[in-house]
Amino acid sequence: MNVPAAKVDARPFVPPTGQAAAAKVLPLPAPRFDLRSRITSGLVAVSVRAVPPVLVIAVLLAVWQLLCSNAGATLPPPTKVVRDAWELISHPFFDNGGLDKGLFWHITASLQRVAVGYVLASIVGVALGTLVGQSIWAMRGLDPIFQVLRTVPPLAWLPLSLAAFRNGQPSAIFVIFITAIWPIIINTAVGVRNIPQDYRNVAAVLRLNHLEFFLKIMLPAAAPYIFTGLRIGIGLSWLAIVAAEMLIGGVGIGFFIWDAWNSSHISEIIVALVYVGLVGFLLDRIVAGVASIVTRGTAAN
Amino acid sequence: MAYLKLDHISKTFARGSRTTAVLVDTTLAIEKGEFVSIIGHSGCGKTTLLNIVAGLLPTTTGGVLLEDREVNEPGPDRAVVFQNHSLLPWLTVYENVRLAVDKVFASTKSRSERHDWTLHNLDLVQMSHAKDKRPAEISGGMKQRVGLARALSMEPKVLLLDEPFGALDALTRAHLQDSVMAIHQILENTVLMITHDVDEAVLLSDRIVMMTNGPAATIGEILPVPLPRPRKRLELATSPTYLKCRQRVLEFLYERHRFIDAA
Repeated sequence: MNVPAAKVDARPFVPPTGQAAAAKVLPLPAPRFDLRSRITSGLVAVSVRAVPPVLVIAVLLAVWQLLCSNAGATLPPPTKVVRDAWELISHPFFDNGGLDKGLFWHITASLQRVAVGYVLASIVGVALGTLVGQSIWAMRGLDPIFQVLRTVPPLAWLPLSLAAFRNGQPSAIFVIFITAIWPIIINTAVGVRNIPQDYRNVAAVLRLNHLEFFLKIMLPAAAPYIFTGLRIGIGLSWLAIVAAEMLIGGVGIGFFIWDAWNSSHISEIIVALVYVGLVGFLLDRIVAGVASIVTRGTAAN
Repeated sequence: MAYLKLDHISKTFARGSRTTAVLVDTTLAIEKGEFVSIIGHSGCGKTTLLNIVAGLLPTTTGGVLLEDREVNEPGPDRAVVFQNHSLLPWLTVYENVRLAVDKVFASTKSRSERHDWTLHNLDLVQMSHAKDKRPAEISGGMKQRVGLARALSMEPKVLLLDEPFGALDALTRAHLQDSVMAIHQILENTVLMITHDVDEAVLLSDRIVMMTNGPAATIGEILPVPLPRPRKRLELATSPTYLKCRQRVLEFLYERHRFIDAA
């Protein structure tokens, strides 16, 4: 195939004369801080991210409105949800004592249970994962047990923990703990097992003791894996808490939803679901954000 | 008595019921301040030999004596510069060296002395300008320099170099070889280097240890390199002694112990 020759500058090359030697240095114009173009480019960046989801949500709401507007609909359309539950949406902070509280307080109560269970699961999970990843015998002994236990659905643990603790609060925390711990253990173990032999050799030549090896080599090297486990764990915790609270009662978003169902306040359930979704999303983003800060330097080079 | 002595070392790897002899009856004595290279085709067990000296691998029979004392576990007295630098990616250049300095001189140097010593060693390899960079931000040659600084900072009795320039381009490799020669000139340390580059071996070494092909490799021949130091790369290119040494190594590797390609 014949490629047409690109147009080249055919002018003969003129060697620079003596004048060129005395070249004058022209100062570059100082970069001006242009507020307007900054704002414009910022707005473009934001709208590229924000417009598609807003459009999709608008379409979904419209479809929902159409489907649920006729007389026989079992679920309320969005306009009715807002009208019915306006009190709930506009006053998240009210507290009339007992279970009659704003959604903010229900969410807070659920988050507290998740926090305790999840923190315990993180500590025990990283410790057990390290053990399983480091010791071949611990892995042979414990891994089959972990693989079986991790398939037990979270709620199946609830009756057993109620029997053991005889109290709703610790039972719910235990369910969170037992839900979140498996991905943390398994990912930590994989991370520890994947520490390059090179790093182990460096540690051996330096004669690092066990504690130094754990803190200076193992934790940083396995951090990306550990955070993968932590991120899966926080998602599962939030899934489990709603279900657990439905059964144990008391203040909490799970019981709020169950209570609304028993009182046939379907609109309130829908509002609560939106809250649950948003909080779950936020929790995931927080753990992902911490992970990206902590593991900034850990990427392989 | 030799400073570092490899005494009748054999190494056998067992895989299930099959055993493979990698090294057989390898004996070598290295004097203090000597620069010794081990050269051989890939798979001849030279890295195994270095790992045994480093203490990272146990011997099957025989042992390693350093100043007449047996060494059988890793330690900072036999610092290694690894083939693929092995810097910790989450630490800066300074912190990578400081980790070694802090560990080795925990009780013998004060905090500020350790700081100065870290910088001194980075200076030695001309890397103090990048002390706050992470390994991912510097080039392969620079990483290898930092690896060298980390090893030197431990003040090892023997410096072990495991094909330290193998992964570098020719120009960078030449720069690093010059640096290693200059440092060896200043510190007069004892060096054991693994290489598969004939020119590198002749340029840097006082003696070249040539390994026979594996499996069951051993030392085939030891060639002294009687070139005066300091050596200059350009002058050597025409030196008859240099060319003769080079010829001897090439003959050994490509005529008498030609590498049989199993693949």
